[in-house]
Amino acid sequence: MKKFLLILIVLCLLTAGIVVWNKKEEMDGDDAPIVAKPTSSTPAPSSAAAQYKDGSYTSDVVQTDRGFGPLQIKLVVSGGKISDVQFLQFPNKPGHTTEVSNAALPLLKQEAITAQSAQVDVVTGATQTSEAFQQVLSATLAMAK
Amino acid sequence: MHTTRILMGMPITVILADSYATQKDCDAVFAYFQAIDNQFSTYKKESEISLFNKGEIQRKDLSKDMKLVFRLANQTTKETNGYFNIVKHDGSIDPSGLVKGWAIYNACKLLAKKGFKNFSIDAGGDVQVAGKNEKGEEWRIGIRNPFNPKEIIKVVGLTTQGIATSGTYVRGQHIYDPHQNSHLKGGRLENVVSVTVIGKNVYEADRFATAVFAMQSNGIYFLEKQNGLEGYMIDKHGIATMTSGFNTYVI
Repeated sequence: MKKFLLILIVLCLLTAGIVVWNKKEEMDGDDAPIVAKPTSSTPAPSSAAAQYKDGSYTSDVVQTDRGFGPLQIKLVVSGGKISDVQFLQFPNKPGHTTEVSNAALPLLKQEAITAQSAQVDVVTGATQTSEAFQQVLSATLAMAK
Repeated sequence: MHTTRILMGMPITVILADSYATQKDCDAVFAYFQAIDNQFSTYKKESEISLFNKGEIQRKDLSKDMKLVFRLANQTTKETNGYFNIVKHDGSIDPSGLVKGWAIYNACKLLAKKGFKNFSIDAGGDVQVAGKNEKGEEWRIGIRNPFNPKEIIKVVGLTTQGIATSGTYVRGQHIYDPHQNSHLKGGRLENVVSVTVIGKNVYEADRFATAVFAMQSNGIYFLEKQNGLEGYMIDKHGIATMTSGFNTYVI
């Protein structure tokens, strides 16, 4: 299975350069957006545009290899281009806060993380470089061909 | 001008906020990333790094860029007390932990040379910005919740700087604790789930995010001692610890 996924990744790398991902604005609702900047409409040169079939594609549930739980994504294609990648299942789970030892970190400021609703231009995060993310992305892109 | 493509196995987004930017300028950035991938990808059998790992290219015959990346990696290993290392357990070299930040940094230089002043390049969540955003304000960068990718848990304002995040299941065997000889898989490095670093550019931010993540709970103290770097570390309980200057960036 792993080999198969690797092959998919390689195929994806070969073809992916021509995929244009026009992220749509997602400012409605309470959820903070993954990428919140609206796109100006800037189509790629037509020779470079890979045409995917419109629709929604849900990946298999992939078990991440370090025991952090399952990952599953949904890919939305509209107008032949990827318009959204949603996370349906996500590996990390928070632990129990009662285990926190403040004594271990006496000097620097600490806080409990809380969701923000502010508009942003760009998002930083490790998610999109994970092997698991790349595997499901590649497999799901293949479905949209 | 806002374009995303999937290259090097991740979404890369280029935002050109200068009004005279064209699609051709974006394409030049993507062409650069494609060339870097062809040269440095360990997934590509014919890449220079793969040929080197197979012994088909000798060290002395490596390209100037490859030699530079090796030098930068060695320097980073020293600066991080061995926590950053591109040499894998099997002896092969995987420079991807350094190349991404370095490539974004170079792509930004390419745009600056073309005369652009206001832009952002985001490769898989590692970002360098220059000048102002399309509204003429400082760039607003959200830090993704490592427990819920639909959420942002912090927003920082940057003008010409880099920001990078290293996390629990980031790609690559370059993240392990060399002093315990235990790979992430061993489960020892499990307390910290995400480290975000702000630096003078994305190259600095990216390589230190990787090393600081490998250091786990001690990493934020290491970062505190570094000049020009600030960080935000999140542990598995959802508790964040920040360096003393981090809050000056928070919006």
